[in-house]
Amino acid sequence: MPRIPMLASLTRHRLTVLLLALQVALTCAIVCNVALMIAGRTAQMRMPSGVAEDELVMLDNASLDGGNPLARHAADLAALRRIPGVTAVAAVDALPFNRNNWSNGIATVPDGPPRLAATAFNGTPGELQALGLHLVAGRDFRPDEYVPMDSARDWDGINHVAATIVTRALAARLFPGEDPLGKLVYPGDNPVRIVGVIDHLLRPMLETGDGNEDAMLFPMLPDEGNVTYALRTAPSQRQRVLKEAAAVLQQLDADRILRHAQTFAQLRRDYFRHDRTMLGLLLAAAAGLLLVTAVGIAGLASFWVQQRRRAIGIRRAVGASRRDILRYFQAENALIVGGGLLPGVLLALGLNLLLMRHYELPRLPLAYLPIAALALWLLGQLAVLGPALRAAAVPPVVATRTD
Amino acid sequence: MYGYYLVLALRSLQRSKVLTALMVLAIGLGIGASMTMITVLHAMSGDPLPGRSDQLYVPQLDPRPLPRGGASGTPAGNLPDSLTWSDAMALLHAHRADRQAAMSGGSAPVRPAQAGQHPFFARGHYVTADFFQMFATPFRAGSGWNEQDDADRARVVVLNAGLAQRLFGATPAIGRTVRLKDTDFRVIGVLDDWRPQPAFYARIDDRAFGQADQFFLPLQTALDLRFNFSGDLRCWGSGGDNRRSDHCTWLQFWVQLASPAKAQAYRAFLADYWRDQQAHGRFPRPVDARLYGLTDWLAHEQLIPADLRLQLWLALGFLGVCMVDIVGLLLAKFLRRRGEICVRRALGARRRDIFVQFGMEAAVIGLAGGVLGLGLAQLGLWSVRRRPDGYAQLAHMDPAMLLGTFALAVVASVLAGLLPAWRACVMRDPCA
Repeated sequence: MPRIPMLASLTRHRLTVLLLALQVALTCAIVCNVALMIAGRTAQMRMPSGVAEDELVMLDNASLDGGNPLARHAADLAALRRIPGVTAVAAVDALPFNRNNWSNGIATVPDGPPRLAATAFNGTPGELQALGLHLVAGRDFRPDEYVPMDSARDWDGINHVAATIVTRALAARLFPGEDPLGKLVYPGDNPVRIVGVIDHLLRPMLETGDGNEDAMLFPMLPDEGNVTYALRTAPSQRQRVLKEAAAVLQQLDADRILRHAQTFAQLRRDYFRHDRTMLGLLLAAAAGLLLVTAVGIAGLASFWVQQRRRAIGIRRAVGASRRDILRYFQAENALIVGGGLLPGVLLALGLNLLLMRHYELPRLPLAYLPIAALALWLLGQLAVLGPALRAAAVPPVVATRTD
Repeated sequence: MYGYYLVLALRSLQRSKVLTALMVLAIGLGIGASMTMITVLHAMSGDPLPGRSDQLYVPQLDPRPLPRGGASGTPAGNLPDSLTWSDAMALLHAHRADRQAAMSGGSAPVRPAQAGQHPFFARGHYVTADFFQMFATPFRAGSGWNEQDDADRARVVVLNAGLAQRLFGATPAIGRTVRLKDTDFRVIGVLDDWRPQPAFYARIDDRAFGQADQFFLPLQTALDLRFNFSGDLRCWGSGGDNRRSDHCTWLQFWVQLASPAKAQAYRAFLADYWRDQQAHGRFPRPVDARLYGLTDWLAHEQLIPADLRLQLWLALGFLGVCMVDIVGLLLAKFLRRRGEICVRRALGARRRDIFVQFGMEAAVIGLAGGVLGLGLAQLGLWSVRRRPDGYAQLAHMDPAMLLGTFALAVVASVLAGLLPAWRACVMRDPCA
């Protein structure tokens, strides 16, 4: 291919070429970072919560009379357990995505500085079965290990509890490379022994970063007025069980407020509502940018084809084949888009640094850059194909005409 | 003359319909997306308390221990957003501002007196006496309470209009009894549907817009009766998570200072307080007391969620790329018309005339794009209003924003047309 004439032709349209390259660069920078955001959000939305998501339903109970909450929870749970189709129940204070987060600084030596903050998940015996958590090492809590949370005295139970079950991720963060079973941690004033490890459990609120599974179960009985009853049942029975659970509780004691009766699937859906909106907007923005860039490339190419009809005709007349003409426009486009991609890649990294500082975006993996470059380059080739084919169709006879 | 240029522009645009449509679409999409987000953020940045907001301040202290591994001279970074009980009470009782109040949000079950009505949860704030006068809350009836009531743990409550209506209908609520959680409260005031947007005095979270507080009762009373507190309780060290301790931050604190001089004096007072606490073995970090004005506070607390700000930047970035796109296309289009320029110049048209003629063509595209953008922005705002967020109901275009949309469209199109029209008119020797 005659490179020099092509460059000469491009320099005649310096400004236009520059603008097109600039557009490709901007699109590359934005689309790279938008893709990173999309990847981050989808990864978070796909994180396994650790609970049996298809089988779990729950409702929040607030009792209004000032009676003994422990006794009332026990009575409520006994009644809920009798509902046909319910395989396990528990009264709990926290669940993945329910935003009710009680975190404690966890030290690994007495009076030591906290290594990290982990969410305490507290519940009645049978919480593992009710939530469907998978124990991968150690054991469940023994009945004699349960103590009240003592919420009336500033949650003093944390200073008396003696056992805990942690997630595998938390164990690895606290005791990297060691067997966590039997190790002591210090969430309160006293040592707590790790007696079991579960594979997954997400915290009630997610953050960007590694700490989303910093979760530990304690054998502490919720004793506040507000508590969440979690019921496990077959997926097809969930709505019926929810309805019956509310009725059973109302019948047992009407002096209460039941709220947020929902399946775990609903809870998850609500939690990621904003992310889904954002995901849609990000996808729309990326698609819009690529479309506008493709339109720009195709539009400019078709102008140039019209402008150069005579020149094309002359080249055809002196022996250039249709394929040569097609190649010429494709190569020209590859040159311009390629010229835009180089600054585009740098711009993408710069924009990423800016976003990292202001929006908690992770660092852009370098693998994104060649992928984005290739995608934009292909987009350019696709966009130029129509005008280039039209150019190739210009008959040599055009050379003899004068406009 | 301009009419003729307009006819020329329309004729030229008609010659390449598809391209014209695409350019209008691109600029319309860019402007529509940008104006949607600018309108939303503009509505969220309104003054929640006109006339009073410039006198309201939030003091910030840092009673936390030294950061792990950090030397005492290192900058502290972000201070806690809220105060401990002991610091809030110290500032409250020092009376160094014109008015001052400590507060925290919470919810309480309400039990209607009438038979047959089910109990329900209401959202409110636990506050100290100055709250109502400091924020100039409009009372429909009655009033707030005084400092003595705070100290006495009085069982009194101020209701917002909605809750009063729900509990007592059209009958006067003052003096009536309302049962919150398991305690009877006497209604001493009813607010006239007070709902500042955002609820600036509360802890800033995603519920800052929308719902208003339904009741207000004395902070000490709520603590004594172990009411439910919402928000963030952050404790450090050992010694439990007691709300009345000096190592848990959870209280919002506001002061009213009528003049900048008073604000300056209050800053000095806060620094003195910090040093005084250091003398008593607290506040190990270097003195860094801060006092935020209301507007600065809302910005500092990131009232506008990061996602929304990101959406704005995304929309503006999109508009930017659309503009570059259109500049490129117009430039190519204009420069192709060398022949036309040659004829017009030969017939006596000045460079200025060429510039105006081509500028007109760009302006037509901009105007059409602006009209389309306005429609798309309405569509965008409609979709924002369907979001289940508190700010959604604010997403309306006021006349200022309407004008702004047109201004943006005109500016965008002029900017997009300027360069190509200029290049067309300075073309050297168009007849060569």
